[in-house]
Amino acid sequence: MTTLDEIAGHFGQYGGRFVPEALIGALEELDAARIKAQTDPTFIEELAELHRTYTGRPSILTEAKRFAEHAGGARILLKREDLNHTGSHKINNVLGQALLTKRMGKKRIIAETGAGQHGVASATAAALMGLECVVYMGEEDTKRQALNVARMKLLGAEVIPVTSGSRTLKDAINEAMRDWVTNVETTHYMLGTVAGPHPFPSMVRDFHKIIGEESREQVLALTGKLPTAVLACVGGGSNAIGIFHRFISDPEVRLIGLEAAGDGVETGRHAATITGGSPGVLHGNRTYVLQDENGQTIESHSISAGLDYPGVGPEHAYLHDIGRAEYRAITDAQAMHAFALLCKTEGIIPAIETAHALAGALQIGNELGPEAILLINLSGRGDKDVHTAAQYFGIPL
Amino acid sequence: MSTPLDDLFIKVRAENRAALIAYIPAGFPTIEGCKKVIQAFIEGGVDAIEIGFPYSDPVMDGPTIQAAADQSLSQGTNAADVFDALKVATDSGVPAVVMTYWNPIEKYGVEKFAQSIAANGGSGVITPDLTIEESAGWKSAVEKSEINPIYVVAPSTSAQRLPQVTSRCGGFVYAASLMGVTGTRTAVSSGAPDLVARIRETTDLPIAVGLGVSTREQAKGVAGYADGVIVGSAFIKAMQDAPNEAEGLKSVKELAQQLSLGVREGR
Repeated sequence: MTTLDEIAGHFGQYGGRFVPEALIGALEELDAARIKAQTDPTFIEELAELHRTYTGRPSILTEAKRFAEHAGGARILLKREDLNHTGSHKINNVLGQALLTKRMGKKRIIAETGAGQHGVASATAAALMGLECVVYMGEEDTKRQALNVARMKLLGAEVIPVTSGSRTLKDAINEAMRDWVTNVETTHYMLGTVAGPHPFPSMVRDFHKIIGEESREQVLALTGKLPTAVLACVGGGSNAIGIFHRFISDPEVRLIGLEAAGDGVETGRHAATITGGSPGVLHGNRTYVLQDENGQTIESHSISAGLDYPGVGPEHAYLHDIGRAEYRAITDAQAMHAFALLCKTEGIIPAIETAHALAGALQIGNELGPEAILLINLSGRGDKDVHTAAQYFGIPL
Repeated sequence: MSTPLDDLFIKVRAENRAALIAYIPAGFPTIEGCKKVIQAFIEGGVDAIEIGFPYSDPVMDGPTIQAAADQSLSQGTNAADVFDALKVATDSGVPAVVMTYWNPIEKYGVEKFAQSIAANGGSGVITPDLTIEESAGWKSAVEKSEINPIYVVAPSTSAQRLPQVTSRCGGFVYAASLMGVTGTRTAVSSGAPDLVARIRETTDLPIAVGLGVSTREQAKGVAGYADGVIVGSAFIKAMQDAPNEAEGLKSVKELAQQLSLGVREGR
């Protein structure tokens, strides 16, 4: 299923490699390693075994009947990536990359993190496989997400607060790239989303596409047909591409990505890169970027730290331009409404990132009515967001 | 047709020495202050000037240049300011180039950017994150505007890839002396002479070494094997560490004088 990319790592005009020459060798080494691994039965079995016995795959499908009453009566099927070990889809990617790291003979991994979910997942994989782990995290985020910083430290990782630029996720990525340029011989950069230079967008997608492969079978088994639409939240876009990918060749299935509109796209305080950005180059690939008229990156805003990123994976940019996927923007308020609704109707506390997809399901369900079957990637659980949600809803702590 | 930068390297080869290339981001310490730094460079005897286009996400730069870029951007530095700074240098008869990450070029318009470089007397552009695989549009733009495309090669660049990169270069080849980001260092990497020797096997173009050069002694050492010595962070530190702009400009000029002696002592 490599229908759209793999022409030197391009998705139409998007993707590619815009990096210092010093990194080219490492990117080529990584590309060779992942291509070799794709057809290596030992690698495939090792990863499958980890998924069965460590991650907890396959993740289950839950029908959300009470939530569906608020979504025009459409059938709402939740793909429960929140039940994976470490609480989100992120584990799929880090286990794959950690296995590749060992195969390349490297002993140290570095990672960037915003809210801390990818940092925690990376620290987890590093602990499991005996790798040294350094996580770069914006200084502001280390304060807001102190609990996740502690989790990473418990798992044996070193967390380095990033004080450059806007001190957020994008600067954590910059700092990880600088570390990588310096230590590339010994170090693998465990990038956490489907962005960055080739082969990251393709490789990270391939580690997540199991989400769509499993859920396509599960939906068929449950309903006897394909879903009307597949919905997922989009920051960098890894959980979305993971669930979309198997459905790309099913033209009757709508693919809908939900971006973070923050205070509203029209306010300028948002993270809806496809909806409100323009094509440019950021972090090693050409994609949609939030940028000013001089090509300087604009800071993004969202209540959800995991969606608070001024770029997006290049494959999403391409799927948008060719019209195969649709992207809508969900405000903080719409997301928090859906967050509270899922808590109270289904007994599931979702991640605030995921709540954007749920808000999208409420819209789409009401547009399509009871005949529709909506498959939603419940990409993460909301334990990490209890503090933010309590503040938002005025619950005393 | 040759650029002023091409002519410079012919001249320094005849003088059997290396060229001193000094870097400053446009708009640092201020839009006007940058123009004074350029004057101090010229008075201090630098051979060529590299104007940086400050960028929000400079992954090839260490803390010194990042801080300078942030300071510059906070004053709203834009492409017009970059071209103004370039013109200050070229109007004084000093060859000058712009160093910029790729996105500002793409946003400005690839052909238009190359034309503006040429229109302001610039000799070329250093593009640290433009890989040769992505350079087709840029190649035709620089050819039309008759400016030098300067690519960076690294110690990790493979023997197979090295000639592919250097064959696309014009003006000079930028040799990154070590695996890492910009910044001053106590010693220039021992890998630099080896990299320069490897580049020489692939091209007759001049080779300039950057990353980690800050003193006369280091400049002298690099001038022993390279055609150009690039110094950036040391000048920025001189401005940052000074109690006021006037003192900073004095330090910049003195450092340029010292480095300019260094590039003449190497052989």
